[in-house]
Amino acid sequence: MKLYIKKSDYNTILAHCTAGLPNESCGLLAGTKEGEEITVTKVYLLTNVDASREHFSMDPKEQLAALKDARANGYKIIGNFHSHPESPSRPSEEDKRLAFDPTIEYLILSLMEEGNPVLKAFGIDKEKNVTIHEIEITE
Amino acid sequence: MFIKVAGEKKEYPEGLTVKELIEKEDVETPQYVTVTINDEFVESGAFETTEVKDGDEIEFLYFMGGGAR
Repeated sequence: MKLYIKKSDYNTILAHCTAGLPNESCGLLAGTKEGEEITVTKVYLLTNVDASREHFSMDPKEQLAALKDARANGYKIIGNFHSHPESPSRPSEEDKRLAFDPTIEYLILSLMEEGNPVLKAFGIDKEKNVTIHEIEITE
Repeated sequence: MFIKVAGEKKEYPEGLTVKELIEKEDVETPQYVTVTINDEFVESGAFETTEVKDGDEIEFLYFMGGGAR
């Protein structure tokens, strides 16, 4: 599986997560999935209702609005993202436990090293097996 | 009756409850799914008693959250 995301969308995610520090930030990704290729077409910046540096929960009302907007534009919610302000870009035990949709991509942006953000994409199946997926940032 | 489930038009018998719809739609891990009818959130405790009506638009939303530990 390979995920394509525009540089501008990556920058939008980075800015949202940086602005949210020291707390975790989160959002949804709309796009298309064709075979082994996933293309992000729109990024939705959501509120972390936990307002925590170690946890996040998306606002269900914002989730619904994003879902409907994506559908109205002919896209699907193909993934979500959240930041790890002080830890590496890998799914924590809680991330895995709370990954209920095996069909989407789980992106994690680590901001633990100042000036060196690390974005990675993962698939998490029903058995909580984690697969790392390649990301290509496009112009 | 005809309803829309996740944007798709479907036919179901009258009197269908949200709980029954969740079962018929094979929603995975339903305990972590939030349901909306016409953009109104349905309390999970009311799934068994809330009936879906003709023309309703239903969405299933997975809880999305996590943590750094």
